[in-house]
Amino acid sequence: METNLAPLLPSAEVVLTALSVLLLDLFIRKDEKGLLVWISLIGLALAGGMALFLWGSHEGAFQDSILLDDFALFFTELFLGAAAITILSSVHYVRETNIHEGEFYALVLLSTFGMILMAAANDLILFFLGLETMSIGVYILTGMWRERSQASEAAMKYFLIGAFATGFLLYGIALIYGAAGSTHLGRIASALGQTKSHGSIILSAGVFLLFVGLAFKVAAVPFHFWVPDVYDGAPTPVSAFMAVAVKAAAFAGWARIFLYQLSPLQSEWTLPLKALAILTMTVGNLLAISQSSVKRMLAYSSIAHAGYLLIALVAGGESGGQALLFYLLSYAAMTFGAFGVLIALKEGENDHEAYSDFAGLGFKRPFLGMAMSLFMLSLAGFPPLAGFTGKFYLFRSAVVAGHIDLAIIGALNSLLSVVYYLRVIVMMYMEEGGAEGKPFARAPYLYLAIAIAVLGTVYLGVLPAPALDLSRISFISLH
Amino acid sequence: MTHPFFPVLVLFFFAGSVVLALLLIAQMVGPKRPNPVKDEPFESGNPPKGDARIRFPVKFYLVAMLFLIFDLEGVFLYPWAVLFRRLGIFGLVEMGIFLTVVVVGFVYAWKKGALDWE
Repeated sequence: METNLAPLLPSAEVVLTALSVLLLDLFIRKDEKGLLVWISLIGLALAGGMALFLWGSHEGAFQDSILLDDFALFFTELFLGAAAITILSSVHYVRETNIHEGEFYALVLLSTFGMILMAAANDLILFFLGLETMSIGVYILTGMWRERSQASEAAMKYFLIGAFATGFLLYGIALIYGAAGSTHLGRIASALGQTKSHGSIILSAGVFLLFVGLAFKVAAVPFHFWVPDVYDGAPTPVSAFMAVAVKAAAFAGWARIFLYQLSPLQSEWTLPLKALAILTMTVGNLLAISQSSVKRMLAYSSIAHAGYLLIALVAGGESGGQALLFYLLSYAAMTFGAFGVLIALKEGENDHEAYSDFAGLGFKRPFLGMAMSLFMLSLAGFPPLAGFTGKFYLFRSAVVAGHIDLAIIGALNSLLSVVYYLRVIVMMYMEEGGAEGKPFARAPYLYLAIAIAVLGTVYLGVLPAPALDLSRISFISLH
Repeated sequence: MTHPFFPVLVLFFFAGSVVLALLLIAQMVGPKRPNPVKDEPFESGNPPKGDARIRFPVKFYLVAMLFLIFDLEGVFLYPWAVLFRRLGIFGLVEMGIFLTVVVVGFVYAWKKGALDWE
């Protein structure tokens, strides 16, 4: 029995790193914990190197239930990068809050493994396993700052609602299995081709439930109620990790399942998806305006951005897929950056997350001020930054697919979002205040993470061509 | 012809009717003479005392979780042992990886003091 294990190499490397970190943490002194950061980063870099090495291959393992195509590798690299930035920006946060360091990094790595599995899974059961591995890790990460009661509340809420959403997802998988006779996506697709009338109601119900389960995970609007409380209560680096990586993983699954394998059913889900996209954008933006905490504002803004990303799913096809992948990249850069600056404002027990805590930051810490302005402008969609280019391709894909109304609503929404993004910049440069912000010497890793995010935001905005090609090639490799 | 599971349906029907009939007969014919001792909840023959909702150490919970994890590990070993010859080297390596992961968890639990009662 020959089994090709090459597709598992990057994820196996991540698990190995997580286990080493967990074990080593037990045997070293408290002042040596910096070692764990380096081991995690080196492990992630190694896994990234492996994924790069495997680029261009098209292999399957375990009867093709794990696929190693460029799509999976693109997301693998995205998740590895997200985990690295999360770890970089949490080094100081974790020490200030007495969170157990070893477990924190190990859990970040293990959830990353789950995400990689989600992007590579070609079988609904395996997809579910990846989703659970990711989610359980993130539930615990949310509640890691145990002295803070909001963190426990957030973890509990996230866990209960996550379990509820998982129920939808599993029931959907069960119904699809009942209708198509398999959980393997390839076999479901071929069963769809043969039988059109038999069991189509069961199939539609299954697809609908799967849809709802994923909508919970990306925080689309009727299913978004947990987002602000959970992002607010979680440690800030974890909020960033959730906003970027968890969302990207759910979208990866969504793209593979709906845009490719179940695309024959597209006509059935276009309309509900379109309604979901419009609702998500509009409600996210409207609620973000009335927030007084920047962290909560970023939570609502992440809902709005999930709405923009849903546009790409409605549009579908090559241009939609390309826009989705590219926007996830740009969204990762600017969101990590914005949360990073928020982490830099934290002083001991006090989070400093209100708008007023940003007053005067632009003069006190010019780098943080500049970086935050850049991220806010990019999130609002100003050229020539990543957010603009990403949104341009999103809306273009909608127009190409004939959804001009969706593109117009999206553009109006991004106009609306300018209100609350600019408020941060106004606070930083036009108000007097005692904003503190950590200096570079006290948080070098965090500054490194913010610098990477700045580079990413500018690079993807000014020179989008290589990343766009990459997104297109990755998406095409699905077929 | 009828469905092959039709006899099962008949069985369900008769089982249900017997239960219903017995309950009804007991309700109608049986004498009812309640007294305070009879109305007490039955607690394995002991005189009942205290509330059912009492506080007990959260440590039991931890022990139960550890038991579940390592018990399941044992359960996975049995089918592997039965099919050991057919799985060969592949099975050995696979089980080695699985056990390594579980042992890491064991070492973690041990070092963190999850096995100490006090």
